[in-house]
Order: sequence, then structure tokens, then C-alpha cells
Amino acid sequence: MRDWATQKAARAARIAAGASFARGKVVQAADLAPFLEAVLRPGDRVCLEGDNQKQADLLADALAEVDPGVIHDLHMVQSGIVLPSHLDVFEKGIARRLDYSYSGPQAARIARMLYGGQIALGAVHTYLELFARYFIDLTPQVALIAAVSADRDGNLYTGPNTEDTPTVVEATSFKDGLVVAQVGEIVDRVPRVDIPGDRVHFVVEAGRPFHVEPLFTRDPGAITETQILTAMLAIKGLYAPYGIRRLNHGIGFNTAAIELLLPTYGEKLGLRGQVCTHWALNPHPTLIPAIEAGWVEQIHCFGSEVGMDDYIAARPDIYFTGADGSLRSNRAFCQTAGLYACDLFIGSTLQVDISGHSSTVTTNRIAGFGGAPNMGSDPRGRRHPSEPWLKAGAEADPDTPAPLRRGRKLVVQIGETFGDGNVPLFVERLDALALAEKLDLPLAPVMVYGDDVTHIVTEEGIANLLLCRDADEREQAIRGVAGYTEIGRRRDAAMVARLRERGVIRRPEDLGIDPLDADRSLLAARSIKDLALASGGLYRPPSRFRNW
Amino acid sequence: MERLSYTLSAPIPAGGTKPRAIVGVVASGNLEVLLERALAPDLCTVEIATAAHGFAEIWAAVVADFVARRAAGGLRIAINDGGARPDTVALRLAQGARLIAGDAA
Repeated sequence: MRDWATQKAARAARIAAGASFARGKVVQAADLAPFLEAVLRPGDRVCLEGDNQKQADLLADALAEVDPGVIHDLHMVQSGIVLPSHLDVFEKGIARRLDYSYSGPQAARIARMLYGGQIALGAVHTYLELFARYFIDLTPQVALIAAVSADRDGNLYTGPNTEDTPTVVEATSFKDGLVVAQVGEIVDRVPRVDIPGDRVHFVVEAGRPFHVEPLFTRDPGAITETQILTAMLAIKGLYAPYGIRRLNHGIGFNTAAIELLLPTYGEKLGLRGQVCTHWALNPHPTLIPAIEAGWVEQIHCFGSEVGMDDYIAARPDIYFTGADGSLRSNRAFCQTAGLYACDLFIGSTLQVDISGHSSTVTTNRIAGFGGAPNMGSDPRGRRHPSEPWLKAGAEADPDTPAPLRRGRKLVVQIGETFGDGNVPLFVERLDALALAEKLDLPLAPVMVYGDDVTHIVTEEGIANLLLCRDADEREQAIRGVAGYTEIGRRRDAAMVARLRERGVIRRPEDLGIDPLDADRSLLAARSIKDLALASGGLYRPPSRFRNW
Repeated sequence: MERLSYTLSAPIPAGGTKPRAIVGVVASGNLEVLLERALAPDLCTVEIATAAHGFAEIWAAVVADFVARRAAGGLRIAINDGGARPDTVALRLAQGARLIAGDAA
């Protein structure tokens, strides 16, 4: 007769092997590497928690120290390749296969290792997609996670940076996988229970907080006049006419400029209460002036942001907070919110081609994806109407009767036509295609597909791709805002002029915007210090952003 | 250092009477633009000294658009460029034309 509980038995064996290093559930940090050798098996699917923000850094370092003669060929299924140790495990032969989402800080090294064949790549996912696969075909056998504190029963307090933890634990623990948590400290009673202890099998006290990257902090001092111009275009040319109340912003300087223009330029346009009221957004420090000026009703967060915890705790009407008063973030829920309950996604990218496909992959850097491919896509499962969604749907498809017409999510790419080092944003062919050829991937790592993009905003104007009726029009609409890049200079000037007459392309002057008004004095905060002051001293910027 | 020079016929004469104006700074990713009212009102010259080589085609396009769209007639313009992006160049040129015409900078 078939044994129907082999996985339960396997977990029990892992727990028994680990118990010899533990008192109750508590393992000493000094014993971590031999402990991991005892509970892991070659070929295991392992989720090492880490995304673009929080990191189970102690466990990552310990995993990189295990003996590859004992533990090898692991299949890593994790949101982020962020720490050097995340790649050390591949270099040492401890891990072999990788399915992941984001690799910002390791973009250059992961590219070299992929080209060198040291990593067998499954796919580069969007977060929500990888989380989904945790429950279908990439369920971890072992999860190595991070929390702020634990009690002796293994109840975990994740603090403001809850992020991926509930999702990872849910998939692992309820499918008979093993959950090991690093915590800053072991306490008698946790401030709130984010993860119930019966889902956690071992706990190790790190004696320090887990690492968090302040990825969403943008210094207003670095925002340029051109970025301010693109922000003015977005507010007056998109947010106002569509009435965008529910939205998500990317992490670039263009969207930071939008946040800082709301209380100044947006106020002058009379838009307070009309736009930008409900957000799926990390706690961006650059949104503080708009929150303080009464623009924002509520924000749900993927994670927290370094230095923002006290400000968030003091603004519970705006943020989601727990019984302990601090932020409760949740990446899976917030990504779902960004996908289904927001009418607009706006973000920056490194390359856009003449079909509107965009990618952050360049020849030598594979940065992976954050939330953009998910939130920057039109959810075909959406059924609730809203004014911007219906208006965009009508622009794309004027002929279908309204009750049968799908709405459209607004997916906006915003940027300057040339990036750092005078590298053009617009290209004939994405580097992602060359990468796919070189690595023999069936799919190029495209961040946002052209058919999901509805608008492109540059300093030259706004291209509304919803109004384009064929591929030629799309191409010329894109060329028509591509500025002095080669793509832009090779435009069909007559066709671009016709597109402008139809409102497919709108120049700053068509919207009553004088580029010479794009001045830094429009920013509601011009420095990190201004943001701290605007928060009443509640925002405490990390030291690297302090210069006073 | 690459040097470029353009002489164009200018459809719109520069406004105001100021003899000269200067905008911007020479810094990485930025540029300094000196404008002098020194030519016939239907003519504009632009002299560029740039640290970034190989962008002549883009300079020609930026300068041509500027002279066609802004009040640049009669101006002799000298640019010291620290590798600014084309959008920054276009913005500084427009700011310079406004400054020499006497509007607030």
C-alpha cells in the first residue's frame, strides 16, 4: 500500500537531525553551518528569504559555509539575489539551479555567472508569479527566513518589514517543509504574532537586526529639471484627465519628482482629493510632503523603508499597522493590490524598443524584476469599473459597445530620452534579446510588454499608445517622444505631426506647460533634510543620506 | 576636447536689449552657455567645446531645433559642455534665450 505521508516523515527526520544542535527550537549562531548540513539534503528546493529590501543575511552567510561535499545541487527559489553570499553558494557548488525575481545589486556578477554556466537558470519571475509557483511547482522543502524577534515557541515578530515572510512560510510549512528563522533577539513575549510558532521549526538568535536596503529612498537633491518636466507632464497630462486616484509608483527619480510636485504644482492645478488618494506603495520618504498636505487617504506597503518606522507609526490613518502600532507590510497582498485595485502603474526603465517593450536588462547587467512586470500589466481578470479604467478602455477600443468593452489599466513608462552617461533610453532592439540568445532562453526577460504599455512620457511629451490603430502608428508615436536619440531622429516627421493633431502625441506646449517653468523650486522638499523636517522629525534618514 | 561650430539663419530675433547673458555651470552632466548679442538679427552662431566626443550629429539637431523654435536671432553663443545630456542642453539654451530677452531667469 502506498505511504501517503512521506513528506511528513521527511520533515520529521530533518527536525530530528536538527534537534541535536538545538535546545528546544533554539539553535546557536555558531552552530549554523553544521546545523544546515544536518537538515538539508542534496537537491533540495530552498527558499532563502531576501527580496529588494529585507535579507536573511545570517542564514545566507551560513549556507555559503556548508560543505559542498555534503550539501550540493540545491535549487534556490528566492525573490532576491542581493547579497554576495547568494551567489557564493553557486560558485562553491552548494547550489545549482535558480528561480528568482530581482538581482539589482548583483546584476553584473549574476550576468557573468549565467554566461559562465555556474548557474542553471529556470526563469526570472515577477514577485507574485514566483510566490504563485511556491504553491504549485516550486514549493520549498526548506525555508530560511528572517524576523525581528521570536519567543521560545517560535512565534515570530517580523516588525514593519514583514514583506515575503508569511507567503514563504505558508507554502513551506503547510506542505511539510522545514522553516528556520533568524531573529534579532529571543524574547519572552513578541510584540505581535506575525507568524504563529507551530509553523516555525528552528530559531537562531543573530544578536543584530537583519539587513534592510533603503531602496526606496530618493534624495530630492538629485532630481533634475528634466525629471521635474516629465513629472509635470504626468500630473497634468495623465493624472488630471484620467482622474487617477488609485496607483503605484516605481522607485525612479521621475516618480519621486511627481510625489514632490503634488503639494505644489498639483495643488495649483486644484487636484488635491481628485488624484493620488489611494496607493500600493512602499513608504517612500518623498511622499511625506503630500501626506502632510492632506493628499493621501491610505497606503498599503510591500515592505517598509529604513528610517520611516516612527513616521508610519504616528500616521495609522494612512498606513496599515498592527496591535503593536508598527507597520504591517505584505508583499504578496500588496502586489495583488497593485495588480487588481490600482488604475495606474508608472515607472522608469533602461531600454524601450520601437514596439514599446521595455527591459532593465543590459548586456552586462541582469537586474531582474521588482514589481514592475506585475503591476505594469493589464489584469485580464479585473471586473470592477472605475473612471480611469473605463476611459482608457474606450480610447483603446471605441467600437465595442460599452457594457462588453474591457477597461484598460494605465501602464506608463516615464523617463528622460537619454540616461546616465548619455545612453539612449530608446533602442532598435532590446539587449534582453541578445541575452536570451546567448543563454538559449525561450523567453527574453522583458520587464513590461509593449501591448501592456499605454503611455510613454519623456521630456519631449506624452505618447498615448491607446489611441494608435496599427503598428506603424505605435512606432511613430514612440519615435515622436524619443527626443534626440537615434530612434527619435529617424521619425517620420509628417506622420508624427498628424499624430500630434489627433492628440496621440502631446507636447508640453499642447498641455500649457512651459519647459522653462520646470524648476527645482517646484519641489515640496529639495533635500533629505527637508523631508525629515516635513515629517516633524519622525522620519530618521539612514546616515548615508545625511549630510547635515 | 571636441570643438564644433554652427552658423544658422534664425527666423526669430532675440528679444530685449541686454548685451550678454550666461546660464548653467561647467560640471559633469551640465554645461555653461554664454550668449552675446553680436550678430545680424537673422543669424545665430553656436560654438561648442565639449568633453564628450562623437555626438556631433546630436548637437547639430539640438542646435537646429533651438534656433528654429526660440528667439535666437542675433546671438553668438558659446557653450562649455561637461557631457550634458541633450535635454539639458536644450533647456539651458532656452533658459539663455529667455535671460537675454530680459525675462526672469
